[in-house]
Amino acid sequence: MDTIKRLACALTLLAAVTGCSPIQPWVKPYERENLADVIMAFDRDPVSSSYLDHVFEAREGARGATGSAGGGCGCN
Amino acid sequence: MQLMVKRLAVTAVLLVAVGVMHSSPTHAGVLGEDRADAMYHRYSGGGVTIDGPSVLVRKKFGEKFAATANYYVDMVSSASIDVLLNASPYSERREQKSVSAEYLRGKSTYSLGYINSEESDYKADTSFFSISQDMFGDLTTVSIGYKRGWNDIFRNVKQADGTIIRDPGFTQQSDVRAYSVGVTQVLTRSMILSINYEVDTDQGFLNSPYRTIRYADPGSGRGFSFDPEIYPATHTSNAVSGRLKYFLPYRAALEGSYRFYSDTWGVQANDIEVGYTQPIRQWIFDGSLRFYKQDAADFYSDLFPRRNFSNFMARDKELATFTSYSAQVGASYEFKMARLPWVQKSTANVRYTHLFIDYDDFRDATQTNVAGGVLAGQESLYQLNANVLQAYLSIWF
Repeated sequence: MDTIKRLACALTLLAAVTGCSPIQPWVKPYERENLADVIMAFDRDPVSSSYLDHVFEAREGARGATGSAGGGCGCN
Repeated sequence: MQLMVKRLAVTAVLLVAVGVMHSSPTHAGVLGEDRADAMYHRYSGGGVTIDGPSVLVRKKFGEKFAATANYYVDMVSSASIDVLLNASPYSERREQKSVSAEYLRGKSTYSLGYINSEESDYKADTSFFSISQDMFGDLTTVSIGYKRGWNDIFRNVKQADGTIIRDPGFTQQSDVRAYSVGVTQVLTRSMILSINYEVDTDQGFLNSPYRTIRYADPGSGRGFSFDPEIYPATHTSNAVSGRLKYFLPYRAALEGSYRFYSDTWGVQANDIEVGYTQPIRQWIFDGSLRFYKQDAADFYSDLFPRRNFSNFMARDKELATFTSYSAQVGASYEFKMARLPWVQKSTANVRYTHLFIDYDDFRDATQTNVAGGVLAGQESLYQLNANVLQAYLSIWF
C-alpha cells in the first residue's frame, strides 16, 4: 500500500514538473547522425524482412510482434 | 482509501502523458522515401520448393501522403514429409497483393491497408489500421495497430482422370483479429530500442483440410492408421519482443532481439537473434544468427494411442516440440544508374539463410518397416534443412 502511495506521489510530482517545463530531449537533433545512418534502420529493406517473417511464421508456431503487418495464407 | 490512491495514480499518469505531449516541440514528422524493390525469392527444403517474385513500390504524394503496393507470388512444388505419407506431390501458386496509404499530420502518422491472398484452396482478405505518434522531442515513437482478416478455406480433390478440382462439399471460414502496440525509443546517440506487443485471436476452421493425425492400430499393416486432424475453433496468442541496435564507433551496427510467445493451445516459444552489419565503401555486409525453441501444443502427438483418443488432435509439425537454428549472410552493393537520372540511388542485394529444425517429437513415419523391426513410434526423429535465397534490386527515386 505504501508503495502505491509513494508511486502516486512521485507521479503527481512528475506531472507537476512536466506541466511547467518541457522535457528536454537528451539526444539533440544534431546528435543523431549515427542513428540516421542507413545501417541503423531496424527494417532497412521491408521487401526482404517481410519475406523472412513469412518463411519463419509458416514453419514455427509463434506469430506476431515482428513489427510488420502480414496477411493470411494457407501456407501452414 | 485504496480507490482514491488508485484514482490519484491514474490521474497522475494521465497528467504526465498530457504534459509530455504538450511540452514536445512541434516539429512535423516525415514519411519514408520513395523506393521500389524487385525481388526473386526461393525456399528449398524438406521436399518443398517455393519460389517467385515480390515487387514493392512506395511513393509519396506531397509531404503528407504516401502509398505502398506489393505484388508477391509463391510457386509451390511440394513433396513434403506430410504429403509423402498419405497424399501425392502437388504444385500450386499463391498470389498476394497489398496496398496501403499513409497520412502524416503533425507528429502523427495514420496508416490504412488491405492485403489479398489467393490460392486454389485458400482465400484471405486482411485489412489493417495503425497510428504512430512521435513524442519526447522525437526520441520516442508510440504506435498502435489493429488488423482484421477473413479467410475462406477450400479443399482440392483429385478426380479419376487425374484433374484436380475444388471439393464442392467443403467450404470453411475463419477470421483473425490482431491488436498491437509498439514503442521505439532513442536511448543514446548510438543506441535505439524497439518493443512490440501483439495479441492475435482467430476463430473458425483453423486446421488444414488435408493433414491427418496417426493413431496406433495393431490391425493395420504398418501398425497405425490415419484420421483427419481436429483443432479447437479458437486460438489466441500473445507475443512480446524487444530489439536493440547499437552503432559501433568504427561505423558498424550490432543488433540483438528477443521474443516471447504464448498461446491458448499451450505452445510457448522463445527466440533470440543477434546480427552484425558492416559497411565497406559501396558495400554493406550483414550476418545474423537466430535461435528459436518451442514447446508442443497440448493436443499435439506424433502417434495417438488409439482412435478418437481426445476431442482435439493435431500432428502438424509446426505445433510439435522443436528447436530451430538459422544463420544468414547478406551483401548489398550501391551503384549509380547513369542512364536513369531520376534514380537517386540503387542497390543490388543478395541474402542467403540456412534454416535447420530439429524436432523432439515428430517422427519420419515414412520409415516404418514392421518386417525390418522399425515399428510405429520408433522411426527416427525428423529434421528439416532448408536454404532460403533472396536476390533483389532496389531503387530510390
